[in-house]
Amino acid sequence: MTLYDLAFGPFAEFGFMRRALVGCLALALGSGPIGTFLVIRRMSLMGDALSHAVLPGAALGFMIGGLSLPAMSLGGVAAGLAVAFLSGLVTRLTPLREDASFAAFYLISLALGVLLVSTHGNNVDLLHLLFGSILAIDNAALVLIGAIATLSLLSLAVIYRPLVVECFDPGFLRAMDGRGGLVHTLFLALVVLNLVAGFQALGTLMAVGLMMLPAAAARFWVRQLWSLSAVSSALGFGSGFLGLLLSYHLDLPSGPSIVLVAGLAYFASVLFGPRDSLRALYSGAGSRRREAA
Amino acid sequence: MSGALDNAVVLHDVTLAYDGHPAVHHLSGEFARGSLTAIVGPNGSGKSTLMKGMVGLLRPANGVVKAAGLGGSKIAYLPQHAEIETRFPISVIQIVLLGHWRRIGWGRPVSRALREGAQRALAAVSLEGFEQWPVETLSAGQLQRVLFARLIVQDAELILLDEPLAGVDECTSEHLLGLIVSWHREGRTVAAVLHDLDQVRAYFPETLLLARERVAWGPTREVLMPQNLRRARRMSEAWSGEAEHRRPVSAARPATPTPHPNPLPAPALTLPRSPGREGWGQSEEREGPA
Repeated sequence: MTLYDLAFGPFAEFGFMRRALVGCLALALGSGPIGTFLVIRRMSLMGDALSHAVLPGAALGFMIGGLSLPAMSLGGVAAGLAVAFLSGLVTRLTPLREDASFAAFYLISLALGVLLVSTHGNNVDLLHLLFGSILAIDNAALVLIGAIATLSLLSLAVIYRPLVVECFDPGFLRAMDGRGGLVHTLFLALVVLNLVAGFQALGTLMAVGLMMLPAAAARFWVRQLWSLSAVSSALGFGSGFLGLLLSYHLDLPSGPSIVLVAGLAYFASVLFGPRDSLRALYSGAGSRRREAA
Repeated sequence: MSGALDNAVVLHDVTLAYDGHPAVHHLSGEFARGSLTAIVGPNGSGKSTLMKGMVGLLRPANGVVKAAGLGGSKIAYLPQHAEIETRFPISVIQIVLLGHWRRIGWGRPVSRALREGAQRALAAVSLEGFEQWPVETLSAGQLQRVLFARLIVQDAELILLDEPLAGVDECTSEHLLGLIVSWHREGRTVAAVLHDLDQVRAYFPETLLLARERVAWGPTREVLMPQNLRRARRMSEAWSGEAEHRRPVSAARPATPTPHPNPLPAPALTLPRSPGREGWGQSEEREGPA
C-alpha cells in the first residue's frame, strides 16, 4: 500500500469519506474565526459549556425524529440558545459570574441529555450523539454544515468591528453604542450554530474541539486577528483530514480522532511555534523579541 | 458649544444604588457649561457611581440626571482602570480611531480625514510614531495617553474621567493634566475623579466633595477647607467598617455599609497615599484626628 493510497485512497474510494472531508473543511472555515474570538475573549470554557448544552436538544430531536438530521439539529440549536440565554439572564439578574452560571446550566443539560438518550435509545445511539460518526454526514448534513459556515462568515463580517471593540474594551462599546449586548448575543448564537454543525461529525462532547484547539494553537504562530483566524481554519482542516484517515484506517470514532490530531497540533505549537512557544522562550529568540518590544 | 443653556449637567435629588446598596444619596447640583470640576472624596464615597449615573450606565434609583442639550454622542467617558483586554491584537492607531465611533459605527469606512484626525490626537499626547504598536507592548502610562488621544478624537462637549491619573507616572500625569486644562479652555465641560488634592488645587477651579452625599460643591479653595475634609472623613467612617485602603480593589463598588461605626481611631486610617503628595490621609493627619 503506497502513501498515496493511505492518504487519498479512502477519499477517492468512498463518498462518505469525501463528504466528511468537505464537511471538515466547512467546519474549519466557520470554527476558525469563531474559536479565535472565543480564545481571545477568554471564553473557552463557555464554548465547552455550550457544546454540552446542545446535547439534550439533540436528544429530544432524536426521540422525536430518530436519527434525523433536521430534528436533532433544530433541537440542538434550541437547547444551545436556551442555555446561552438563561445563563446570560442569571448573570444579569444575580451576582453569579457568567462562567459559573454557564457551568451550572451545561451540567444540567449534559445530565438531562444523557438521561434522555439512555432511556429512549440504546448505547450505540448514545455513543453516536456523544462522539459523532463520519457515516452520519450525508448530503443533507453537508448542506447544513456549509450553510452554517457561510452564515457564520457573513455574520462575522457584519459584526466584526463592534465585536472587536467588545473584546478589547467592552465598557467603551457600552458607553458609545447601546447595541453591545446584541453583538454578544449574536456571537453566542454563532457559537451555538457552529457547535451544532460540528456535532454531526464530532459528537456533542467533541464539537468544541475543532473550535478551541486550532485557535489556541494558532496563537503560537501568528499575532494578528485575521492571521489567527486563517491559521485556526487551516489547522482545523488539517486535523480533520488526518483525523478522518486515522478513523478510517484504525476503525476509530471520528470525533475523538479529529480532536486528538488537533490536540497534537496544539502540543506541537506550544513546544515549537515561532511565537512564545517553549522553544522560542528558552532558545533566546523569544527573549530578544521581548526586548525589542 | 450652543450656549443656549448654562448647565451641562443638572442633578436633581439623585440617588444611585449598586446591588441595592445606595452609593450616592439625594445629590443635587449642576455642572456649569464649560466648567472644570474635580470630584473628590474618601474611598467608597460614590464618585465612580456618580460618573456612571451621569453617563447613563446606571439608572438613578431616585431623582433625575439631566445632561441638558447633550445627546449621548456629546459625552465622552473614561472609566476607572478601563476594562481593557491589553493582550488583544489591536494597534495604537486602531484604538484612537475608535474615538470616531459615532461617525464610523459598525461598518462605515474610515476616511483619510478621520485617520489624520487620529494621528493629530496621537501627536497631542506625544505618541507620534506609535501608530502600529500593538497594545500589549504599551506601558500603563502610554496606554492612558492612547486613551486620552481617543478622547480627543471623540470631540465631546462633556468629558467625564474616572481616576484618569491612577497608576501613571509623574511626567505623564502632568501631561494629561495639561490636556484636561486645554479641553477646559476650548469650552468643554470636564469632570474628573481625583485623589491628589494638590493636583486638584493646582488645576481645577471647581470641586465637588462627595461622601455618598454632597459635602461641599463650589470653588476649589472653599470646598477643600479642613472642616469639610474632616466632615467627609467622619461620614466615611460611618459606612466603612474597616480601615480605609488607599487603593481599593474596586472603588466602583463601595464597601457594604455596616451598622456599627468604625471602631478604629482616626489616625490609624491615615496612610499616606504617595509620599511627597498630599492625598486624603495626609491632609487629615496634618489637621489632627477628627
